[in-house]
Amino acid sequence: MAARTIPIHPAPSSAFEYLTTKKDELVGWARKFSLFPYPFVTACCAMEFMAVSSTPYDTDRFGAALPRFSPRQSDLLMVVGTLTHKQAPILRKVYEQMCEPKWVMAFGACATSGGFYQNYAAVAGVDKIIPVDIYVPGCPPRPETVIDGIMKLQDLIARSRHPILTANF
Amino acid sequence: MAPDVFELIRDRLAEEVRDASVSHGILVLVLAPETLPGTVERLKSEFQFDLFLDVTAVDWPGQSPRFEVVYHFYSTAHRVRVRLKTRVPEADPAVGSLVPLYGSARFMERECHDMYGIVFRGNDDLRPILLYEGFVGHPLRKDYPKRAEQPLMPYRD
Amino acid sequence: METRLPNPVRSIFARTDRDDTVVVNIGPSHPATHGTIQIIAELDGEKVVRADAHCGYLHRGFEKECESHTWHNLIPYVDRLNYCSALMNDFAYCDAVEKLMGIELTPRCRYLRTLLAEYSRVADHLTCIAASLMEMGAMTAFLYLVMIRDFIYEHLADLTGARVTYTYGRIGGLACDLPAGWLARLAEILDQYEVFVGRVHGLMDRNRIFIDRTRDVGAISTADAINLGFTGPILRSTGAPRDLRKDTPYLAYAELDFEVPVGIKGDNYDRYYVRMREMDESVYMIRQLVDMLPEGPINVDDRRCTLPEKRLVYTEIESLINHFKLIMEGPQVPAGEAYSAHEAANGELGFYIVSTGTGTPYKVHVRAPSFVHMGGAHRLMEGYQLADIIPTFGSVNMIGGECDR
Repeated sequence: MAARTIPIHPAPSSAFEYLTTKKDELVGWARKFSLFPYPFVTACCAMEFMAVSSTPYDTDRFGAALPRFSPRQSDLLMVVGTLTHKQAPILRKVYEQMCEPKWVMAFGACATSGGFYQNYAAVAGVDKIIPVDIYVPGCPPRPETVIDGIMKLQDLIARSRHPILTANF
Repeated sequence: MAPDVFELIRDRLAEEVRDASVSHGILVLVLAPETLPGTVERLKSEFQFDLFLDVTAVDWPGQSPRFEVVYHFYSTAHRVRVRLKTRVPEADPAVGSLVPLYGSARFMERECHDMYGIVFRGNDDLRPILLYEGFVGHPLRKDYPKRAEQPLMPYRD
Repeated sequence: METRLPNPVRSIFARTDRDDTVVVNIGPSHPATHGTIQIIAELDGEKVVRADAHCGYLHRGFEKECESHTWHNLIPYVDRLNYCSALMNDFAYCDAVEKLMGIELTPRCRYLRTLLAEYSRVADHLTCIAASLMEMGAMTAFLYLVMIRDFIYEHLADLTGARVTYTYGRIGGLACDLPAGWLARLAEILDQYEVFVGRVHGLMDRNRIFIDRTRDVGAISTADAINLGFTGPILRSTGAPRDLRKDTPYLAYAELDFEVPVGIKGDNYDRYYVRMREMDESVYMIRQLVDMLPEGPINVDDRRCTLPEKRLVYTEIESLINHFKLIMEGPQVPAGEAYSAHEAANGELGFYIVSTGTGTPYKVHVRAPSFVHMGGAHRLMEGYQLADIIPTFGSVNMIGGECDR
């Protein structure tokens, strides 16, 4: 059967495409090293979040240290801890108030999949409410795991496209 | 010191109390729900049980009356604890509120109402505290299935 | 797109009686509400006229989970109640079950549990003070205190395998004994603790800004505090020397020499200082316990709850069956009920357990100090300014896992 192959990464076929790829790399480099996290802190993972933000596991080395406690000013939503049904509307509201580009990190087992709370009160994973870009497992994750998650997210940001004009604008 | 206070309480409150025993160092008094607020008032004024620790309920679905409401008090002067138990039926799970006596009763009675449906007469603020507006049912009752979720937000596909 | 999101709470004052006040919502996703408390405050300018605290945003159904797991399988859930000092929750829960089963701990286990409980208390107070100082702007003090807390976490990870939530207590004993060199590292950490806390004292104690922000703010009297159910450092900051470790001693506290620090006015500064002094007392207790620690087994030799040695499980049929039954059905706890309270970092942490004779609990209820304190927290905030809510709330040390269970 003759399948139509759709190229996922079209090779740069003109000087314009070469320039936009380079622009994406530059913008990706800038964005990945200046992440402003919004720590949406709920539960025990907060202890490891505090530990990873301070000495000796410093997230400032990765540019992701300064938390911005306003959704308008931040671009990385870190959902730290269990999400309950009562808290779900608040999470959705905060996510919608953030401006593009934004990324979401599900920090910990409870945010990833509900953890071991399988009952009437907890949501089985944050991705039932908002889309998630990176899942960091652990209960709570060791700081090294969190840093690994941030670095993988930075790779994701570096590889993605950063259009100047988006569909909404 | 502790056994003397317990003996004193048993003697003085003999009419109100249906049964008294000591369990693991705590005096346990079983009462009727109507006499509960009066007994608590006497415990507070005569025996200095000034710290209201906790109120919770136990659901015995096979038995009637179904719910057993359990109170714990602590006396900072005598350094002993006392447990009060009373039974309320499923049809009218109501007991008098302790809000006039203890300020901490407000939140704890709200939680007991949330989880079991026990009505505290005299506490005009029985809004859901651990659960949310729109939650139907009382989750800690034995007939509420553990995994019956009532999501507030629609799930993404 | 204008879709209204559902509102999970209903405030007691949807509209105000006066024309000149404003109702403001603080939280529940707020940096300084330690996660998940929503405070709806009615403000007259900057002054808080009324405050209504809403908790429950972290209600994870702990008590319902308890009814479908065995007594042993609950220990990870119990850890996550007060996650800043998880070992104390383990020990308080195991104490309640041991009381009901009639088990007496071995001497080494008693002393070791006391030592680890005090170590956890230090970690909890470090977290509380560090967070509340950072929220007032003292970032340096936060970094110093979190550094020591990190040493404690790594040290406990050497012992238990985890940094924050340990699952280390067992009914009848502990999971494993101390590894080699643990006590030597403990002495090093305690020495470094003294250096760092000395620096924090130097930065904060007589700091004019800190005193102005915390002295006479959030003050409460002893009678009001007891009426509202406050226990722990908050009650002690009002001047009442009430401490379960002295009043109704448990574990090895009766044999230790320590003082109970009290405050004078019950305001934020007193709560900060009482916690700092309590940490010093805990370190003093740990040093005494290190000298007093006896040799011997840590698990009581009781087939009802202690897992048999692996070597026996693989060779003898009785041990194999014992091990199987303990894991699959859980330790059979005799029917009855028990209430056991420990002095946790926040106050009286009580476990009320009801058993019907099987390996699964019929009911487990936690008397959480943070929950009761939230009931009285509005009294600490009313009459003061909006910006005072932050240090007051930090000094109450509301831990979401414990408050909402």
